[in-house]
Amino acid sequence: MTRVGVVVFPGSCDDRDAMRAVETMGAEPVALWHGDADLRGADAVLVPGGFSYGDYLRPGALASLSPVMTAVRAHADAGRPVLGVCNGFQVLTETALVPGVLRTNASMQFRFEDANLVVERESPWLPGRIAGDVLSIPIKHHDGCWFAEPEAVAELDARGQVLLRYRENPNGSVGSIACVTNQRGNVAALMPHPEHAVDPLLGSTDGRVLLQGMLDLARQPVAV
Amino acid sequence: MKVTVLVRPRDGILDPQGEAVRRSLTGLGYPASDVRAGKVFDLDVDGGDEEQVRRIAGEIAEKVLSNPLIEQYEVELVGA
Repeated sequence: MTRVGVVVFPGSCDDRDAMRAVETMGAEPVALWHGDADLRGADAVLVPGGFSYGDYLRPGALASLSPVMTAVRAHADAGRPVLGVCNGFQVLTETALVPGVLRTNASMQFRFEDANLVVERESPWLPGRIAGDVLSIPIKHHDGCWFAEPEAVAELDARGQVLLRYRENPNGSVGSIACVTNQRGNVAALMPHPEHAVDPLLGSTDGRVLLQGMLDLARQPVAV
Repeated sequence: MKVTVLVRPRDGILDPQGEAVRRSLTGLGYPASDVRAGKVFDLDVDGGDEEQVRRIAGEIAEKVLSNPLIEQYEVELVGA
């Protein structure tokens, strides 16, 4: 069974939901403690949401320096899949595994709502979806305003590293960008919460798309 | 040696916190504009001579205390 490591930092709060979502998808969740540089045999890593280290200094900044992230970086460098969600996105930008940085929402307000996300392009992370499709996945964040310099954004765009854009920009993100990948395409990160959208009872199952993408990538042999 | 690191939003970067403070100041009738909010770190760096301390503090500021995409920093040696 595919093993998905879910990183647990002090202050993570979506790790349990993430583990349950992984289970719902038919994979085996494995909790990864922030103090251990050990992925416990995980085929994919999910960095969940929350407030790691109390969001001290900058969201994700202190978490990016923890031992487990050394192991996550090695996993990513080996071409294996990593998905960052919300605070996990912030951790991955601070670790420089995905481009840009997340800043305080332009409105200075916490946003908690279902977000409509427009698929930018076909991607292994979005199995069965094509450009223009819309996914409904909830957001809940105060620091989700993604920023990069205009030249950097143009490069990302040209290289196909933008996967999803908000239909209505909730936080001031440059280009309404909601989800980006690294250049190789094996690390993806977004502010919306796929793990909160896996069951019809919760209003949407569109979160399954990204989780399925992660599992598909985890099951592929690694191209060297 | 005591060191102070000042971290500010980079020039030209929108600073919603500073702007919110500016709005409140305007509301109170103060003639203040263009407010930018940053952070101050006081630390004691153990490291030989001034040049060495400045180098270590600069590295800490660059790698940890600031994110160069959106922030700039200044290192001051206290009493130097």
